[in-house]
Amino acid sequence: MIIIISLLVIIMLTAAVSAIFFKDLLNAVIAACMVSLIASVLFYLLQAPDVAMAEASIGAALVAAIFIIAISKTKRHEE
Amino acid sequence: MKKIISLILLFIICLGIVFCLQDIPFGAAKTKVGHYYIDNGREETGATNIVTSVVLNYRGFDTLGEVTILFLAAIGLGAVLATLKKKGKRQIEPASLILKTGCRFLFPLILLFGAYIFIHGHLTPGGGFQGGAIIASAFLLVYLGCRERKINEVANKITESIAGLVFIVMGLIGLTVGGHYFLSNFMPKGEINTLFSSGIIPIIYIAIGFKVGSELTGIIDNLMEKS
Amino acid sequence: MEFLSNYIYYIGAFGLIFIGLFIILVKHNLIKVIIGIGILDTGVNLFLIAVGYISKGTAPIFSKAGLDANNMVDPVPQALVLTSIVIGVAILALALSLAIRLYKHYGTLDLRKIKEQRW
Repeated sequence: MIIIISLLVIIMLTAAVSAIFFKDLLNAVIAACMVSLIASVLFYLLQAPDVAMAEASIGAALVAAIFIIAISKTKRHEE
Repeated sequence: MKKIISLILLFIICLGIVFCLQDIPFGAAKTKVGHYYIDNGREETGATNIVTSVVLNYRGFDTLGEVTILFLAAIGLGAVLATLKKKGKRQIEPASLILKTGCRFLFPLILLFGAYIFIHGHLTPGGGFQGGAIIASAFLLVYLGCRERKINEVANKITESIAGLVFIVMGLIGLTVGGHYFLSNFMPKGEINTLFSSGIIPIIYIAIGFKVGSELTGIIDNLMEKS
Repeated sequence: MEFLSNYIYYIGAFGLIFIGLFIILVKHNLIKVIIGIGILDTGVNLFLIAVGYISKGTAPIFSKAGLDANNMVDPVPQALVLTSIVIGVAILALALSLAIRLYKHYGTLDLRKIKEQRW
């Protein structure tokens, strides 16, 4: 069990670090939403199902949508 | 240079936090107030989900402040984007047939699921905030699939206002009739673990579900149409 | 192994907090800064939930008979985080609308170029 949790945390931190280095903002947004998705799995493992549902529906779906709308109104690449 | 300075700064903060964390071991016993809520929550509020009873009964006033913050953020977003000049009309490309059919098939099912989540908030995990977010994602699907349709803004605002009014009126009735504090539970608690139980908690969670859903839909609508 | 099982959630939470702060301090693009704020938010929520956990506990829901009340995790941090997540998405949307407005006015999202115009 502890090995699975460690793997999840490592993937989450890798996605967060890769959000720093992506020049394409769309990729960075997808990486940030992956952080939210894995965080919701961790919330479930920490026995908080209410918070896990809120994080999965808001952090992984609605936040991605509003970021993508905002990027489509502005510029896609970071110079 | 700036990166190195900020890394050193973060390292100093990291050391301070590690020293503080030695007093909070992982997996130790919980606080006294949490113990009280778990021991007495079922008898005092009638809800089986203790998180719901904390959110809506013991700390209901906090939830009112939270809903107010959400409302102010939605109003601020509308005000910031309202005076933006539009460059002509946005040309709409029609969505493909598969996306359109799937959207029409899935939209009522997602609405039903969201309603299930916030009606059963006092029995199972879930509640108004999660159900509202699911309803907003159903309207987001309409924006992606059927692009020529638009949301009736006036009906959206009316739903939001009525839901907010229900919350405040229930709290004020509790202040005058039931106990001597805001949002006291004045309705009969019923039998624990059934749908019609725990007094005013399901009514307020339904109101919060409608309010959060219409507010998040309004945020998406403003971002999509007004800029 | 014991070190991992004691501290893995804290490592994850503070890793997210530091990465978020690093993005806010270093990056110049406005939307990148807002992504950093979102990551910081997730890290703080994960830390609060991890503090409320007790080892081998169950969720604070009496969904079936025979659940031990002494063995349940703390419900207060869960209630706080539940409202904090919904506030977080509203704050992100407000910040993004301000970013769109700045882009329409200055034609750029770079904070250094906006600062030169002394608004």
